[in-house]
Amino acid sequence: MASTRLDSAASPNGHVTLEQGDAGESASSTLLGRAVRGLADQVTRRIPRADLDERDPDFIRERLPLMWLLASVWYRGDVRGLGNIPDSGPVLLVGNHSGGNMIPDTMVFTLAFSTFFGVERRFYQLAHNLVLSMPGLGSLRKFGTVAASPANATKALESGAALLVYPGGDFEVHRPSWLRNKIDFGGRKGFIRLALEQNVPIVPVVSIGGQETALFLTRGEGLAHMLFLDRLLRLKVLPISLALPWGLNVGDMLGHIPLPAKISVETLPAIDLREEFGPEPDVDEVYDHLIRLMQDTLDALASERRLPVLG
Amino acid sequence: MRVSANTQVVAPIDRVWAIVSDPERMLTFMSAVTRWEVAGNRRTGLGARYRVLFRVGAAEVGGLIEIVEWEEPYELAWTSVTGVDQRGRWRLREVSAGRTRVELRMAYGVAGAGLWGWLAERLAAPMVSGHLSRSLQQLKRLIEHEELRERAAARRAARAA
Repeated sequence: MASTRLDSAASPNGHVTLEQGDAGESASSTLLGRAVRGLADQVTRRIPRADLDERDPDFIRERLPLMWLLASVWYRGDVRGLGNIPDSGPVLLVGNHSGGNMIPDTMVFTLAFSTFFGVERRFYQLAHNLVLSMPGLGSLRKFGTVAASPANATKALESGAALLVYPGGDFEVHRPSWLRNKIDFGGRKGFIRLALEQNVPIVPVVSIGGQETALFLTRGEGLAHMLFLDRLLRLKVLPISLALPWGLNVGDMLGHIPLPAKISVETLPAIDLREEFGPEPDVDEVYDHLIRLMQDTLDALASERRLPVLG
Repeated sequence: MRVSANTQVVAPIDRVWAIVSDPERMLTFMSAVTRWEVAGNRRTGLGARYRVLFRVGAAEVGGLIEIVEWEEPYELAWTSVTGVDQRGRWRLREVSAGRTRVELRMAYGVAGAGLWGWLAERLAAPMVSGHLSRSLQQLKRLIEHEELRERAAARRAARAA
């Protein structure tokens, strides 16, 4: 599975945007820049396009036991409030994101959603194409993970599906472990505009525990900038963590073995933006409200935990 | 994977049948069942459908089920239409006058899930089995307490008369 954000530039770190930036123009004009850009273009061309039709309910059903084992035995998952998600129709599920590139919260939630509503209900998650093309992760497309793009997001919601997005993306998923109990979308509000355009309810999904699956030290934004990764590869972060089996884990490109931290997820009641904020909702006001709501829930979940990892 | 539990309830078989065949009573005694809703026009009987969910480990598992056997007051069986594959059966037998043997069976699995499916089924078995046993204990308590209350009410009514 993978994580997604709906604003600013794309990150090949597995987290994507729906709006392309122009960062890197000056760097790409250098020889090195052109070479890297050429390489990136070659890679991009080889990436299989993900589309909605690739979701395969039978494939998902057959993977449920493995997901159930991981979620129940390894993460001791506890997912609450799925009844708050409308039983049918399009809905935008907006989650906070934790756990580096292993994103255990997504796996636990996907299992819970699939068993609660049945694999027959259309459920998509947005992710970067690069994630979908990583070795061993191509099958994510069968789970309903699709390339993050305005077209796919719109198409998914128009088809009546539930769509899961993580506005915080790589910025949030690689935050230091001592900020584990903080909702941090980095000011990204594209998901609100998407919900308004498609006139679909937003269901906040708050999870805790993912950031305890390794010791995340820093997002490495400065390092990414120093190595020109932000301008050459649109790689805004180069996270550094202490994780199994690597010890010092730079980039988390190969993933890691997550510690068996208890993952709890709480799904909040659906929010009809126009019903709650008027016919022309102010995006900033909606954003502040959602962040506050999700932070309050995260604080409540955090207060239930006695020890890191053990929960 | 098939698991089952059984018990004896001190109540007539018709009494037990009335409870286990009533979809609205399921949540009052079934352990780990978080939803048991009528889906469709038929409330009970052959062909009636329900949307059900059971909490097993980290997930609420279930889907749409349909009644495929309805032999009042002895046998009631269902099978899944959507969701995880499952079959269930209530089997009631009269042991003696006013005493009923109740058996609840469930079989579940995911076809095509291979080794992980095999492992998950076995790890889930003690949980499912425990839920079935608790469900029957709660059913027994529910019915026998109702019987006691009714007998007491009858005695009070007789004294008052």
